[in-house]
Amino acid sequence: MITMENVCKSYRVAKRNAGFKEACKALFHREYEVIHALSDVSFTINDGEMVGYIGPNGAGKSSTIKILSGILTPDSGTVFVDGRIPSKDRIRHVSQIGVVFGQRSQLWWDVPVIDSFELLKDIYSIPNHQYKKNVEELTQLLDLQELLRSPARQLSLGQRMRCEIAASLLHSPKLLFLDEPTIGLDAVSKIAVREFIKKQNELHGTTVILTTHDMQDIEALSRRIILVGKGKILLDGGLEEIRKGGSNIDETIAELYRSFEIQEG
Amino acid sequence: MNTLKSCVRLYFHYVSINIRSIMQYKTSFFLSVLGQFLVSFNVFGGIYFMFLRFHSVKGFTYNEVLLCFSIILLEFSLAEMTARGFDTFSGMVRTGSFDTILIRPQHEILQIIGSKFELTRIGRMLQAIVMFCYAVFHCNIEWQPARIATVFFMMAGGMAVFTGIFMIYAAFSFFTLDGLEFMNIFTNGAREFGKYPIGIYGKKMLFFTTFIIPYALIQYYPLLYLIGRTDNAVNIFLPLCAVFFLIPCYMFWRFGVRHYRSSGS
Repeated sequence: MITMENVCKSYRVAKRNAGFKEACKALFHREYEVIHALSDVSFTINDGEMVGYIGPNGAGKSSTIKILSGILTPDSGTVFVDGRIPSKDRIRHVSQIGVVFGQRSQLWWDVPVIDSFELLKDIYSIPNHQYKKNVEELTQLLDLQELLRSPARQLSLGQRMRCEIAASLLHSPKLLFLDEPTIGLDAVSKIAVREFIKKQNELHGTTVILTTHDMQDIEALSRRIILVGKGKILLDGGLEEIRKGGSNIDETIAELYRSFEIQEG
Repeated sequence: MNTLKSCVRLYFHYVSINIRSIMQYKTSFFLSVLGQFLVSFNVFGGIYFMFLRFHSVKGFTYNEVLLCFSIILLEFSLAEMTARGFDTFSGMVRTGSFDTILIRPQHEILQIIGSKFELTRIGRMLQAIVMFCYAVFHCNIEWQPARIATVFFMMAGGMAVFTGIFMIYAAFSFFTLDGLEFMNIFTNGAREFGKYPIGIYGKKMLFFTTFIIPYALIQYYPLLYLIGRTDNAVNIFLPLCAVFFLIPCYMFWRFGVRHYRSSGS
């Protein structure tokens, strides 16, 4: 179970106007702007839930994922994941979660994918039988037989993403964070990834938290949607509530963004 | 004890995967090794030609200077080979791949030094070994057990000091997001200074390198014992004291990691 209560997080970002002169000035005197990535965010997610976490760029989605996975420490508020405080108890916490960053690879570039898996086995100290069982299952479900023996650099984006997802599940985590897992994938790969995530949730009861801009992902995967904008939670409810009348989901979301005035520009 | 064993095992797994990666690019590997060898050979040439004109520097003979330099070079290349991950660490912070390190249930330092094992430094090491053998044969040193032990202590202490400096160098990138070139004074600079016994640079320099950054502990003092200038047994163990230098370095590193996790830079 995940609970976040009144979590705030802000960054200091250096600002300057355009131009060389301004750049020189900024060398000596820097002006900072405080950005409130999250202000007063609270929610609870139960075991086995699949939650779509959506919002426009810069809304605070990644910050939330980073706080929940123990990478960042919140400024204030409390975070509990299965009774652990992620930022305090990093090593114990991360051995129980899987994270996929859609735009960042965790595979070794120049060696066959299976070599990366073997290394992860040692990193997570996965027992032999469990590792074998998981690799077999993941290979079958994600159709990896042909891919495991090629180096990651020779895989297409879709193939690599399937491997990335498998890599994050080798240690049978109870909780899976997917940060834009379908970004840049073709239709076939997208569907394969979605099908797999659904199955993983059904088979193992894995809690899945998914950030995405692809509304079809949300439609296919999550019953529950949390909408964030400007660091605040604007809506937390079922897919049906958001859809209201069955029009195209992309338009519905755009309408929502506009009505909350959180769309940039 | 068990955890130490599994850490060492994991480290060697990292080394093996690094070597497998390097083997993908054979030509590049051999050229880099050759390059490393030649560059160090150049420096050796510098010393050689200087001693064609002057027969001693502050009472140190050519062979003694060579012994001194080869040991420093050996320590440096060993440290560089293992702790090279720190050297490229600023890139990790900038691109955000440090995040993927924080989501693994292992100590971040183990993962960073594991992320890059620079086998090409073997070129520099070969040069150091050749010089070391040459100097040993020509130095007329009586190799009693105490002297042999001193050489090993120098290796251990030297690796620790250089690793510590690499660690500070890396920790700076938590604050500046970029490597700091001025730190090279302490890494490459130390290697170049280390050509000659530090005593010849004067009292102030000796003070600095004894108490602030302990180069003299791993080079000057034990060298005096090696070549029989002093019989003081303390000099045998001074290089081991240099290992304590790692403590402040590690504290600074932890400070950097905490800063990262609270600022999310």
